[in-house]
Order: sequence, then structure tokens, then C-alpha cells
Amino acid sequence: MSALAAALPAALPATLASTGQTSGGEEALFWILAPIMVIAALGLLFARKSVHAALCLVVVMISLAFIYVAQGAVFLGVVQVVVYTGAIMMLFLFVLMLVGVDSADSLVETIRGQRWIGWLAGLGLVAVLVGVIGTAVYPNPVGVEEANEASNPVGIAHAIFADHVFAMEVVGSLLVTAALGALVLTHRRRLTTKRDQKELADLRVAGGHHLAPLPAPGVYARHNAMDVPALDPFGNPIESSVPRVLRVRGQEADASEYAARIDRVLAGRSATEPPVGPDVEGEDDK
Amino acid sequence: MSLTHYLVLSGILFSIGAATVLLRRNAIIVFMGVELMLNASNLLLVTFSRLHGTLDGQVMAFFVMVVAAAEVVVGLAIIVSIFRTRRSASVDDINLLKS
Repeated sequence: MSALAAALPAALPATLASTGQTSGGEEALFWILAPIMVIAALGLLFARKSVHAALCLVVVMISLAFIYVAQGAVFLGVVQVVVYTGAIMMLFLFVLMLVGVDSADSLVETIRGQRWIGWLAGLGLVAVLVGVIGTAVYPNPVGVEEANEASNPVGIAHAIFADHVFAMEVVGSLLVTAALGALVLTHRRRLTTKRDQKELADLRVAGGHHLAPLPAPGVYARHNAMDVPALDPFGNPIESSVPRVLRVRGQEADASEYAARIDRVLAGRSATEPPVGPDVEGEDDK
Repeated sequence: MSLTHYLVLSGILFSIGAATVLLRRNAIIVFMGVELMLNASNLLLVTFSRLHGTLDGQVMAFFVMVVAAAEVVVGLAIIVSIFRTRRSASVDDINLLKS
């Protein structure tokens, strides 16, 4: 990049260099932003992960917004941030998340030599474009200060809604068509009929499942933790009151121990009197 | 420094975008390359607008932005629907017509 920066002034025509249209601040801005933009754009080419590529493109776009503002296109600078960085790149990131962030590039070449041809074409395009831009003869820069007399957005509004009003309407209809096209493209037809609430309720009754809510754990036991089964009126533990996950993991507490404590208390003794094995739950009779 | 610097920068960015389209296999990154090319052409239009002292170039750049937004919406919808059927976002997997 520095070699290119050194080579550029020599290749540029002298007609533009002496006009003094660009200030020193703008020159500094350009030489700071241009390498950043080129490196970020190369990141798009070399990044392994597509999210990194998207972030590199965001850097390029925000730097472009700075350059637009520096060139007197204030409205476009704002639109660049709002539309490109705010809407389009977020759409890209959204689709990246939808499609899968880890979808890596395949390294198998389906077209033989495509990589080299691609590199050659890219470098050739750089050579052709820079050559054409460098050798073309431009008029003396006028600057947009005069056109921006009543502020840049006002000037653009006059141009869009007076001179280019038909193009504006065509573009508007294009946007509507694009939105409809996206709707149609991502539409999925429902393969089965939708079940409503009544059908679901009928299915549950016909299946003979437990219709009411399951009993809560800890009810009527002397302990209200999730792992202690509820006791029915006869003092027997109700297995289904403990959450299924705890039952599957085997983390259910021994219900008969807690049932026996009730009997002991009713008999006038202490709840945790006899040593009935190791009590892992701790003595938390409050 | 002259305005030609901006044009050269635009040319470099455009070429990098074109190379991205040619070299990358992930359809989304290929699409980002297209966006980079559109951005580079916008920079060119804005610079020429300044060169000629009229706002027409900026209006063109504005229209390019609107069309790019429409293009992104449709393109990403196509990528999503292809991903749904093929479970892949690689442009090389779309070779059904190949014997």
C-alpha cells in the first residue's frame, strides 16, 4: 500500500493536482481512511469466517460515509450509514446467523484453475481501472459548494423530486416488488392442517392422559423442596409429583422417610430421632 | 492530492469486490463482494459529482443505494430458500444440471 501511495502522485495527471480543491484536512482523512478501507476490503477476500467478512465490509462502508461527507455529499453520508451499515449489513448478519455461522468455505475446486484465473482477473481489473483512471483527462474540479448552496439535502431533494421524479417512482415500485418477491421466495406452504385448541383438547381426552395438572411436590410432606414427593391422604408418596427430570436423574428424595417423620411427630417424639441411614438432605426442619 | 485519488481508491475497491465474487465459495460472501462493488461505484459517482459541480452524480448514487437494498432483499431470500432445500450456502453445491 505504501509503495502504491508513493507511486500514485507520479502517475496522476498534473491538471488536477494544482487546483487546490482538497484541503489538508481532507488529504489527511483520505490517507488515513484509504489504507483502512483497502485492508478491510482485503479482509473480505481473505477472512475465514463469514462474520469477520461482514464486519470488514461494515468498516469499509462507514469509512465511505466519512469520505462522502468530506466530499460534500452530506445526505449520502448519512444514508450510507443508515441504509448500508444499519439495514443491509444487519440483514446480512441476520441471514448469516440463520444459515449457520460455521458454514465454512469448501476448498475443493470444481472448476480447474478457477483460483488462478480469479486472481489474474482481479489483478488485471486493478491494472485496467487504475490505468484508465490515471490516463484519463478530467476537467477542472468545480466542487459542489455552489450546488449545495441551500444545503445538500435540499439540493438533492430538488434533483430527485423535480428532475428525476419518474426514476424515483420506478425505484419505489421496484422496492415494493422486491419486498413481495422476498415474501414469495421464503414462503413455505403448510403441509398439514393446523390443529386448533379444541382438537388438541379432544386428542388429550381421547388419549386417556392425565387431564388435570400434576400434583405439586412437597405437599403434605414436612419438606417443601422440589425433590420430595407429595403424600397422598394415606401417607404414600406420589411419584408423579416430582419433576420428571429429577426422577430420571435419580435425584428424588426418599419419600417414606419424610412420611415416617410425620408419624413420629404425631407419636410425640422428635422428627429425626432414629438413625434411618444417612440423611443427605440435612436437618432443615424449620 | 487531487480528486483522482478517490477514483483510484474506488477502482481498487471495485477490483477487490470483483475478486471476492470470483474467488469465494460462500454465497453470502459473494454477495458481500457485489455490495463492495456497488459501494465503489458510489464513491466514483460522488467524486464525479464533485468534479462537475452538479448533484446528478449524488442522485445516481442514491438510486444505486435503493436498488442495492432491493437486490439484497431478493438475493438473501434466494440464498435462504436454497439453504432450506440444499442445506448449503456454497455456490459450488448448486450443480444439479451437471451430469
